[in-house]
Amino acid sequence: MTAPRDKFGRPVVVVTGMGIMTSLGAGKADNWAKLVAGESGIRTITRFPVEGLKTTMAGTVDFVSVDPFSSTGLSERMAEIVTQEALEQAGIGAKADFPGPLFLAVAPVEVEWPQRRELGRAVGAQDFNYDDLLRISGGGKYSAYHHRFMFGSVAAHLAETFGTKGSPISLSTACASGATSIQLGVEAIRRGETDAALCVATDGTVNPEALVRFSLLSALSTQNDPPQAASRPFSKNRDGFVMAEGAGALVLESYEAATARGAKILGVIAGCGELTDSFHRTRSSPDGKPIIGCMNKTLADAGMTPDQIDHINAHGTATPENDKMEFNTTSAVFGELAQKIPVTSNKSMVGHTISAAGAVEAIFSLLTLEHQRIPPTINYETPDPTILFNVVGNTARDARVTAVMSNSFGFGGQNASLILTREPA
Amino acid sequence: MTDTASKPGQTEVWITGIGLATSLGEGLDANWAALQEKRINVDEKGFAPYIVHPLMPVSFDSQIPKKGDQRQMEAWQRIGTYAAGLALDSAGIKGNKDILSKIDMVVAAGGGERDLNVDTGVLTAEAKGANAPGFLNERLMSDLRPTLFLAQLSNLLAGNIAIVHGLGGTSRTFMGEEVAGADAARIALARIASGESDIALVGGSHNGERKDLLVLYEFGDFNLKDKFAPVWARKDHAGFALGSAGAFLVLESRAHAEARGAKPFAKLSSVVADLARRKQPGDTAATLEKLWAKLPKREGKGAIITGATGAEPATSEERGFLKGHADFPVRSTGTMFGHTMETQFPLGIALAALSISRGALFPPNDSTGTEIEMQGAPTQIVVVGAGHWRGEGMALVEAVG
Repeated sequence: MTAPRDKFGRPVVVVTGMGIMTSLGAGKADNWAKLVAGESGIRTITRFPVEGLKTTMAGTVDFVSVDPFSSTGLSERMAEIVTQEALEQAGIGAKADFPGPLFLAVAPVEVEWPQRRELGRAVGAQDFNYDDLLRISGGGKYSAYHHRFMFGSVAAHLAETFGTKGSPISLSTACASGATSIQLGVEAIRRGETDAALCVATDGTVNPEALVRFSLLSALSTQNDPPQAASRPFSKNRDGFVMAEGAGALVLESYEAATARGAKILGVIAGCGELTDSFHRTRSSPDGKPIIGCMNKTLADAGMTPDQIDHINAHGTATPENDKMEFNTTSAVFGELAQKIPVTSNKSMVGHTISAAGAVEAIFSLLTLEHQRIPPTINYETPDPTILFNVVGNTARDARVTAVMSNSFGFGGQNASLILTREPA
Repeated sequence: MTDTASKPGQTEVWITGIGLATSLGEGLDANWAALQEKRINVDEKGFAPYIVHPLMPVSFDSQIPKKGDQRQMEAWQRIGTYAAGLALDSAGIKGNKDILSKIDMVVAAGGGERDLNVDTGVLTAEAKGANAPGFLNERLMSDLRPTLFLAQLSNLLAGNIAIVHGLGGTSRTFMGEEVAGADAARIALARIASGESDIALVGGSHNGERKDLLVLYEFGDFNLKDKFAPVWARKDHAGFALGSAGAFLVLESRAHAEARGAKPFAKLSSVVADLARRKQPGDTAATLEKLWAKLPKREGKGAIITGATGAEPATSEERGFLKGHADFPVRSTGTMFGHTMETQFPLGIALAALSISRGALFPPNDSTGTEIEMQGAPTQIVVVGAGHWRGEGMALVEAVG
């Protein structure tokens, strides 16, 4: 019997394992229950002092302990937990022996303030400069910090823990990173390089400097009170995104390999697309062409037409510009259907998990397909009259969902979209 | 759209553009001349006791005409955006909207430099007793330049290249130190060879003149101190000297290149990479041997260009591996250019392609006998990269038959 291939003759890529963590909790069951109940994971930050900050809330993952704490350490720990969940569900390979490569979306890594402060204290003087810091950095006392703050450290740890094959790839396409990690896995399977790929995305970077950086770019919501109401995608009074932490892991396999080993198929990655916007470092081209092109490429990659998409899991950051741009570009691609297809933004509840968002939202999309129920966009009290999406506002909606488009757009002109389906087309 | 009629590996991939801005100079001729003259540019004083290979000054205006764009970038992004422009020029596609609108970019990147004054300002104030809970927040809110973040974000090297040179295809940024450069080339090659892509811009850039990076590598005692020596002569004085460089390549399917009349420097036949556990002595050497065996058969006149860092134990392991292939003349980019981290592997591919196209390997520069003279024109060059801590990569660059 020939292997099931898509209409372009490529191996069909299916999902056989998923693991997820957000500010709502750990695991698919907990996240899904809270998501469809319309619960928010956004809360006032307690991890560090918030005095002097304009934004004092975030979707932090506070129930995972890391010692000594670092954002990169938290990213790594979350990635490990969600990978474990995904592998248990997939039942693939053996312990510490995953039969394929790792593609990891991870936030850029750098030495963080707790470690920098430790160094400052170790100088033991009141006045010093960077040369003094440099002088005391060597000698082996801080060798663990070298490893911790290598960009490749999280991927190396996961690769060694789970026995993935070959060179693990750490990638960043800003807020589209999670989608890119999935796309890299899909491509590797389609090229026939591997039967399986582990795609993981993680972000644990709610720390003072990260918050300040986004704040200085006026990207964050400052509606701190109550924090649960801060993230307001598609609302007239939206004022920015809410930083959040989370992770998602997907086991991708060729349909042939998955069925051969009797694996349960959770969904299909039917199409992926990406397109660069060279207009501006943080803003989209005003004509929306790169985003329109990205969605069109994704439809073409899936061999589908807009009328076959019956749900859109929006990027929906709740920044004034993004949501408007997303409606305009979606309208350009979907025509009047853009006002009929149910649209939701998971970010209303879990916030913007940045590097993890593409994978987190792909998993929520797959759970939507499984449960035939669309999670709500909460805080949708005052719809923006210029955004005519059919928003699934405030309460979850049962719906027949066969194909979901999930969008991710990021700084640096990064646009990526995925189409997820229940069954092979 | 993917053409599945062509099987992976069937499409020949050419290197049709090379852009270099390094401590030895900008452009292919200047770098080639410096290599011929065994000229090394090191700064032993500016960061003493640490040694760095500083960028040979370039006129950024020629590739980044808008001052506003230059201001939005830190040095590593300017170097990379500049070198990317040189690569597009070299391939003859600069300003070619049809091609640039579809070119696929795979960039190997680290992160941008910190504002050292802000960092030390906070730390010294704390040393003097500033301990209010919101002190750090307030200082960062008032002292950080709003756009500095964009100059630090890894994927904004690719973002700046897209903006300055008008690239509108796809854009992926790989991180993970040295092996990110190998993986960038590996994925771009796989995508073109399988028909997923026709043409790609691949490379990276690095600013080695950064005290915040020296701190990071000093944590692991990786920095070369006090006195410069060629990579192979550092056994009892281990370490790498950070280097500044941008190295970009235009990779293209043979059919796409021929259709527009582009000439190849060489072809990129294979790129492989792995992650040795490095728990036991010999792990790294064994992985390099495994990668060597994965490359297509070498039957021509071969050579090796390695990005060996000078850090131990990786460099000693690699020396052991090289001894097993002593019939291949070896050249070390680390000696000549310093350690340019994510950029070292693309730099190695660039120099391999350049050597093949110029009909000669550049001369050895080594007192230990690891690098030997080579007579005649190389037709196959293996590019080797073993990261200072993790990650191993290898590529085969060949003359176009």
